Amino acid sequence: MTTIAHADAHTWGAFDITVAFGVTVALQHVSLTAERGQVAALVGGDGAGKTTLLRTLVGRIRPQSGTVTTPPTRACGFMPTGASGVWQDLTVNENIAFAAAAHHITGAALEQRRRALLSAAGLDHAADRLAGALSGGMRQKLAFCLAILHQPSLLVLDEPSTGVDPVSRVDLWRLVSRAAADGAAVVMATTYLDEAERASTCLVLDSGRTLTSGAPADILDNTPGTLTTAVAPTGPRELSWRRGRQTRSWHAGSPRPGERAMAADMEDAVIAYTLADQQQEH
Amino acid sequence: MWAMILKEFLELRRDRRTMAMIIALPLLLLVVFGYAANFTVDDVPTRVYGPNAQAVAGKLHTPFDVKKVDPAGTEEQARDVLRSQDAGAVVVAPSSGPATVFIDGSNLFSAQSVTAASKASGGVLQPEVLFNPELKTSWTMVPALVGMIMAFIGTIITAIGLVRERQAGTLEQLAVMPFKATDVIVGKIAPYFVLAAFDMVLVTVLGCLLFGVPFAGSFLVLALGAALFLFCVLGIGVLISSVSQNQGQAMQMALLTLMPQMLLSGMIFPLSAMAAGVRWIGYLFPLTYFNMVSNGVMLRDAPISSLALPLGLLAGMAVLVFSFAVLRFRRDLAPTAPKAARDAVAAGGTR
Repeated sequence: MTTIAHADAHTWGAFDITVAFGVTVALQHVSLTAERGQVAALVGGDGAGKTTLLRTLVGRIRPQSGTVTTPPTRACGFMPTGASGVWQDLTVNENIAFAAAAHHITGAALEQRRRALLSAAGLDHAADRLAGALSGGMRQKLAFCLAILHQPSLLVLDEPSTGVDPVSRVDLWRLVSRAAADGAAVVMATTYLDEAERASTCLVLDSGRTLTSGAPADILDNTPGTLTTAVAPTGPRELSWRRGRQTRSWHAGSPRPGERAMAADMEDAVIAYTLADQQQEH
Repeated sequence: MWAMILKEFLELRRDRRTMAMIIALPLLLLVVFGYAANFTVDDVPTRVYGPNAQAVAGKLHTPFDVKKVDPAGTEEQARDVLRSQDAGAVVVAPSSGPATVFIDGSNLFSAQSVTAASKASGGVLQPEVLFNPELKTSWTMVPALVGMIMAFIGTIITAIGLVRERQAGTLEQLAVMPFKATDVIVGKIAPYFVLAAFDMVLVTVLGCLLFGVPFAGSFLVLALGAALFLFCVLGIGVLISSVSQNQGQAMQMALLTLMPQMLLSGMIFPLSAMAAGVRWIGYLFPLTYFNMVSNGVMLRDAPISSLALPLGLLAGMAVLVFSFAVLRFRRDLAPTAPKAARDAVAAGGTR
C-alpha cells in the first residue's frame, strides 16, 4: 500500500518505499528521514537509486509501496541534478523573479530575499547575465537559490556540487549549511563522501537497497570487517583499492593476528559496506 | 571507413523518425504530385437560371456540370449561390440574347476553366467573374497564406517551446513548483496563441495593403475561424512535443505534419481537381477548412450560415485535438506511477 501525505511536522521522509519501473526495481524497502535543521546525505554509485528516491520525495514518482510524508508543495524546494532547474534563456534576475512569482513573493520581500541570496551565492555581480551564459558552478548556485528562495521547510537537492569547481563547492556547502541552520530539513544526494561525512545523517544506497544508514560517526564506527593499509594489497585484489600512494585491503571479521586495523573514513567505509554486502549475497 | 559507414547505418536504423522520413517522404511526394498536382478543373458544379434555362442547360458541356436548372431563378439568387459556394458557376439565361455566366472568382482554377469555356462559346455565353474579377492569383493565395502561416507558427513554435522546456529539465521543475497543471498548460500555450493571432492579423493587413486583396466579409467570422484553427494547430504542436525528445525531432515531426497540409488542403492544388483517393486526405486537415473560411470571408463576404460546415468541423477538430493535447501535457506534469501503483489507483487504492 502506498501512502503519500502532506503534513506540517518537523520530520518528513520516505518510509519503507519500493519503486519499480517495469521489471527494474529502482528502490527496495528504502527509508529516509528528513528532520528540520539537519542535513541528510544520500550517497551511492551510479544507478544506486539516489535520484529516484529524491524524485519520490518531491512527488514526481509514486512508489509502489511505502509511505512518503512531506510538507505541502509550496513548502518544498527542489534542485534537480545538473542545474536543470534553471531557465537558461532568462537572466539571473528573471529566474529569481519567475520563481518568486510562483511562490507569491513580491515587493520589498522579494527584493530583500533576492539581494541576500545572490550576495551569499556570489551571484550579485551576474544578476543581469543570462543563466545559459553562466559557468557550471554559477548555474548550480543559481539553481540552489531558486530552490531555497521561498525558504522551504523541506529542501531536496540532487547532487548540487557535482561537476562544480572546489571553490564553488565550498560556497554551495556553505549555502546548504545555512539553509539547515535556518530551519530547513535538507536532503541532499552527493557523490562526494567528504560532504556526506559532514551531514547529520547519511543513507548509503546500492542498486536500490540500503547498505547502511545513520549518523556518519555511527556508520564509520560500525564499518564491517577489518580495514588495513599498505603499499601493496595484503589480500585478494578484488578486496583492495588504491587511496593515493597506499592500498587499502579489506576482509570480513576481526583483525587477524599481527594485523593492524585502521579507522575508516567515509570513502573506505562505503567500500567496506559494499564488499560486505557482496560477500553476504554470495 | 567501413567502420564509419556501419556506425552511420546503425545510428540511422535506430533513428526511426529519420527512417520514416526517408521512406515516407518520397512516397508522399510521389502520391501528391502524381494524383493531386492538377491545376485543370474538368467539372464545375453549375446551376442554370432564367426563362431559357432548360434550352441553355442542354447545350452546356465540360467543364459545366449542371446540377440544377431553375427557370424561376434570378441574377440576385445566382450571386447568393456563388457567395455561399453552392455552385462554382451560375448561367442566367434570359428569354432572348446571350446567357450570362456568373463565375466564382474566389475559386481560381474553376473560374479560369469556366471563363475559358465561356469565351470559346462563340458569344452564346458571356462570362462575368465575381469576387476576383481579374482572376488574380494573389487574391486567392493571401487568404490561404494566413492559414498556412498560422499553422507554421502555431505548430513549430509550440512544439519547440515545449520540447525545450522538457529537454532543459525545467518542465520537471515546473511540476514541483506550486502551480496547478492548468496554470502551466495555459501559461505555456497562451503566448503562442497570442503570437500566432498577431501574425494572422499582420499577414491579413499586409496582404490587403500590398496586394490589394479585398476584405469583403466579417472580421469576427474570420476571428472565430482563426481561433478554432489555432486551437487545432497549437494542439498538434503540443502532441508533437509529447513524442519528441529534442528540438530537432520536434521540427522534423512538425514539417511532416505541415507539408501534407500545404499540398492537400486546396491552397495550391484545387481539391476538386484531385483524384478522389487523395482528396479525402485533404479533408482530414484543419487547414483545408480554415482556407474555406478565410477565402469565403475575405473574398466573397460569405455569410456565417454558409460557412457553418467548415466552422463546425474546425470546432470539432479543435475540441478533439486540444483536449487530447492537454491530457498528454497533464500526463507529463503528473508523477510517474509504476504500473502496479497505477492499477491500485484505478481500483481505488489509497494515495
